[in-house]
Amino acid sequence: MKIVVAIKQVPERDAQVRIDAAGKWPNTWIVESDLQFALNESDAFALEEALQHKEKSAAADGEVIVVSAGPERVGAAIREALAKGADRGIHIVCDDLSARDALGVARLLAAAIRPESPDLILTGLQSEDLGLGQTGVVVAELLGLPHATLILHVEKTETGVTVKRELEEGWFQTVELPTPAVLTIQSGGNKLRYATLMGIKRAKTREVRRLIAAELGADSAPVVVLERVSPPQKQKSTQILGGTAKEAAAALVEKLKFEAGVL
Amino acid sequence: MSGILVVVEERAGRIARISWEAVAAGQRLGAQLGLPVSAAVVGAQTEALAAEFAASPLTNGLRLVQVVHPLLSPYTADGFTLALRQLIEQERPAQVVFPHTYQVRDYAPALAARFGQVLIGDVMAIGDGPVFTRQLLQGRLNGSYRHAGGGPCFISVQAGAFRAEASGEDPLPMKGAGFSLYMNQVESTGNPLPMKGTGFSPYMNQIESTRALAPEGCSSETSPENGPSPAPAAQTTIFTPVIDPAQIRTRPGEPWRGGAQTVDLGSAQRIVSVGRGIKEAENIPMVQELATALGAELAASRPICDNGWLPLERQVGSSGQTVSPKLYLAVGISGAIQHLVGMKGSQCVAAINKDPDAPIFEVADYGIVGDLFEVVPALTAAVNAARQ
Repeated sequence: MKIVVAIKQVPERDAQVRIDAAGKWPNTWIVESDLQFALNESDAFALEEALQHKEKSAAADGEVIVVSAGPERVGAAIREALAKGADRGIHIVCDDLSARDALGVARLLAAAIRPESPDLILTGLQSEDLGLGQTGVVVAELLGLPHATLILHVEKTETGVTVKRELEEGWFQTVELPTPAVLTIQSGGNKLRYATLMGIKRAKTREVRRLIAAELGADSAPVVVLERVSPPQKQKSTQILGGTAKEAAAALVEKLKFEAGVL
Repeated sequence: MSGILVVVEERAGRIARISWEAVAAGQRLGAQLGLPVSAAVVGAQTEALAAEFAASPLTNGLRLVQVVHPLLSPYTADGFTLALRQLIEQERPAQVVFPHTYQVRDYAPALAARFGQVLIGDVMAIGDGPVFTRQLLQGRLNGSYRHAGGGPCFISVQAGAFRAEASGEDPLPMKGAGFSLYMNQVESTGNPLPMKGTGFSPYMNQIESTRALAPEGCSSETSPENGPSPAPAAQTTIFTPVIDPAQIRTRPGEPWRGGAQTVDLGSAQRIVSVGRGIKEAENIPMVQELATALGAELAASRPICDNGWLPLERQVGSSGQTVSPKLYLAVGISGAIQHLVGMKGSQCVAAINKDPDAPIFEVADYGIVGDLFEVVPALTAAVNAARQ
């Protein structure tokens, strides 16, 4: 099976983000220069699922290709995926990713993926930065492929795949799809691997093809624009209890007992 | 193009609460833009849902379209996308509003793309313009989005975001009154104070509370075999899409529940919930001690259950349980929306987190900014001392 995994590099989970005050659309976003970046978590699970399929498969033609769109820094995410075991990478070099809407980003990915004719396209269900949660579904639509979302497990069958799909409130469902197909992967289906020293060395020798976004013929005017980024409004007035851990703990017990009456 | 179309979703044979919230959002948008609002239900048999819709005080005067085809049950992304595409081509709405459910996330982006549009998903507020607000970076920031395209604007609304307060600004008094009634009824079914703060938990007692909406005897009158009961106020039409079986490419199986459900967090009075900040499985017992001291159930956010540190049945959030205890104490939980929707209905929320900007503090009544490895043992000791 030839599997393409679409991955995104996002700000690290605990990063302190600052709004780019000068940023007006199409550059409405956060200050990126003081951030550390990481592989989007559900994309890491998508990669893991792909790697496990390749390793389980007896066929020698198994291949895992990672594709990612973004500026130069995205190269690090692709190298990380290669170090974990992906065979090659495609970097869609694009400095204006945050100015593109979901359809615009999906068009870039679809243009890069189409010539590969993969059996399966996997991606995380949602990015941790913009959280649009629709790139995979729109890629499927653009490529004319069936899709399934919130997938925890993928089983190969004679004609396609059988997947375990998460529903709300602890329910699940099995869905059968013919391949080629697009699946968006939910976090938690597998244990994530770490890159080995061998893997990191090997990654340096693996091919990363650079495609320039503007040359893919996939540009389009956005239909949805992010006009403004702002700090969230507080929904409750939180009493922050200060002091040492012991003082704060004592104050909280006091509040819970006498003010809230919940102890 | 004209009008607002709200796509209503069923759950367990009833109109899901979040769908009523989508109706409220659609009505708000309609009032703002001066456009009529209609709704659609989609399925193989929609009579019971149509009757429930018509009988609701929320839908006074709303037109309902029943999108009916045998291939629309069970749900498939292909079936729903095909059917709603045809409906939208006929109706030509200016705005299409969905509840932001797992099902909508599965097909609405493809439907929007089919019109060259982009779904503005998980909308939590609608401002003048209209400008749609949604969360960025797991709730650390808000983004204001505007639709710039020429075609219909597709949005989905976040659970719990549109409710009774919105009706205060609603220029149509009947709808406002209807909404208060709904809220009162929901209140009366559950926890005495579930409405505090950011609102009730969207899935809590969902079946019971929507049932409270329907008049008595509704379910027997409106069962499919008896046919639809005539709706006095709402105008109902049937739309039959053209779907070829070959166009449905996926084969969904019956839903099943994951694992035995032996813990009922939904009825717990106090919950101590642990998140990623706990770092290692070995540290969980420290939080269990605090829970024991408080007489609380132990719960967790998703990453903890994903790692297998606590069983899935203790997970709170959109993919786990919805809770509304008197006290919800969040330990090392940042407060991504997927978690918040599961606990927003708590009467009192306290949070311990090292990050003062963590979104959990936006819904907390009390907060301690600090190292949980120091605060939790101190709190356990303080609780034990207070209880003696």
